[in-house]
Amino acid sequence: MSDEVVLSRPLPVITEMNAYFWRSGQKGRLEILRCEACGLYIHPYAALCPRCRSEAVSPEPVSGRGTVASFTINHQPWFPHVPVPYVIALVQLEEQDDIRLVANLPGCPIEDVRVGLPVEVCFEQHGDIFVPLFRPAAGADRG
Amino acid sequence: MASYGEKQACVSGLGQSSINRKPSVYPFKLAVEACLRAIEDAGLTIDDIDGAACWPGGVNFLGEGPSAAAVGDIKNSLGLKLNWYSSGEGAAMFAPVINAIGAIAAGYATHVLCWRAVGERWVPTYSHANAAGGPLPRVAGWMQWTAPYWAPSAANWTALVAGAHMHRYGITREQMAAIPIVQRRNAGLNPNAIYREPLTMDAYLGARMVTTPFCLYDCDVPCDGATAVIVSRLDAAKDLRRKPIRFEAVGAAATDRMDTWFARDDFPHMMMHDAARAMWRRTDLKPKDVGSAHLYDGFTYLAMFWLEALGFMKEGEVGAFIEGGRRISLDGELPLNTNGGQLSEGRLHGLGHLHEAVLQLRGQAGERQVKDLKVSVTGVGGGGFGGALLLTNEDL
Ligand SMILES: [Zn+2]
Repeated sequence: MSDEVVLSRPLPVITEMNAYFWRSGQKGRLEILRCEACGLYIHPYAALCPRCRSEAVSPEPVSGRGTVASFTINHQPWFPHVPVPYVIALVQLEEQDDIRLVANLPGCPIEDVRVGLPVEVCFEQHGDIFVPLFRPAAGADRG
Repeated sequence: MASYGEKQACVSGLGQSSINRKPSVYPFKLAVEACLRAIEDAGLTIDDIDGAACWPGGVNFLGEGPSAAAVGDIKNSLGLKLNWYSSGEGAAMFAPVINAIGAIAAGYATHVLCWRAVGERWVPTYSHANAAGGPLPRVAGWMQWTAPYWAPSAANWTALVAGAHMHRYGITREQMAAIPIVQRRNAGLNPNAIYREPLTMDAYLGARMVTTPFCLYDCDVPCDGATAVIVSRLDAAKDLRRKPIRFEAVGAAATDRMDTWFARDDFPHMMMHDAARAMWRRTDLKPKDVGSAHLYDGFTYLAMFWLEALGFMKEGEVGAFIEGGRRISLDGELPLNTNGGQLSEGRLHGLGHLHEAVLQLRGQAGERQVKDLKVSVTGVGGGGFGGALLLTNEDL
């Protein structure tokens, strides 16, 4: 995304509960907590697996592929330096339906966004924080 | 049906401050005004109050902002002598009421003063703070999952859940429009409402968008104002000034594996669906017995989600149910937000809905009174919290 201006974002306070997520992009991949015992992906953080109560929960790389489960076109200038309108999407990861991430869709014109659009993760670096974003997947039918 | 504790508790007093769109009275003073009016309305004296509860927690000695009257400040100002008090999280904006019912059932208190005070016009909002320039604030907790994507508002979050529901069931903005239009008509009969002039479909469809599918009229009206209710033990309220309005059932459940706005297994449901199910398990009454509904409308679609969660129609049918507004009008089968709701009366944040439900059940709603009313339901919250109350004017 070198051709795109990087606009500032409110960035997360990094804690023991979230560092794996916001820094996994440094390795060029997205990581989500997963239960080693039953395989459940968990997001946001939980100390025990909420399904089987195993303590063996740790970050694991995911494919970074997903689909747009929902989206909204935001017109309200909450942040004066960010031009409106812009897309806020809810992306559902292909590994598990209920892992849903709020994201922006750089490289996706507003008129092309739709529920079901295949997307893949990319990262925008802000210091030691790598904000996961999603782009239309290569070869995605923008219908 | 088991004899659940809420059936021995009631609302005995109601108080509301002036509702100010423009900041004009210090919000803490509005909270004091509402509390004194509720005690007076019940026919009690300050010395009768032995419990106090508000939502959410507030900072003592700070009478403005989103939580403008902390328990300690109201206690000190009124000279309350408390056996029990509570503030903080819980079943959304009904946490003080539901906690008060529990305290009464446990014998901690007899008459609990509950309030919600908002002073969000008195202080600059988040977006005003951003407009001032300078570095953006770091975000912690829930906001870390949304604000980095320039989605800092519950308007955005609700829009994402609503969008999924609309897409799945083919619900339209023309159908949604019935809620703000009908509620504005109701507000015309409520002298305390902020916006009272009629809203037309053309004005709705032509309004500026905030975050699709929500336009300006789908978002509630920020204000400074306060609402107070007295929750009493039923037998101690029998001979007071007002007819006791009894709690028939309470819903305050959280049962999904991962409760956030977006992570639920049953997305696009919200925690209100858990609360509604829990409420109906505690009563023999059914949705068909309900004569009026007072449902949280921070955004239009939250009231729509509440209608489905409470089982007034099948999943996905709320658009057809509200279309045209006939069924949810004052003379329809299920009058909705008869005071105008937060979309027109003002964002009194949940307790305004309880205030109106009790006013209706007492028969004190004036020109907007629902005829032959016996049972009302009210539900507040959206996303990762929710609370529901079923109320009746019939004796146990
Ligand atoms: Zn597990």
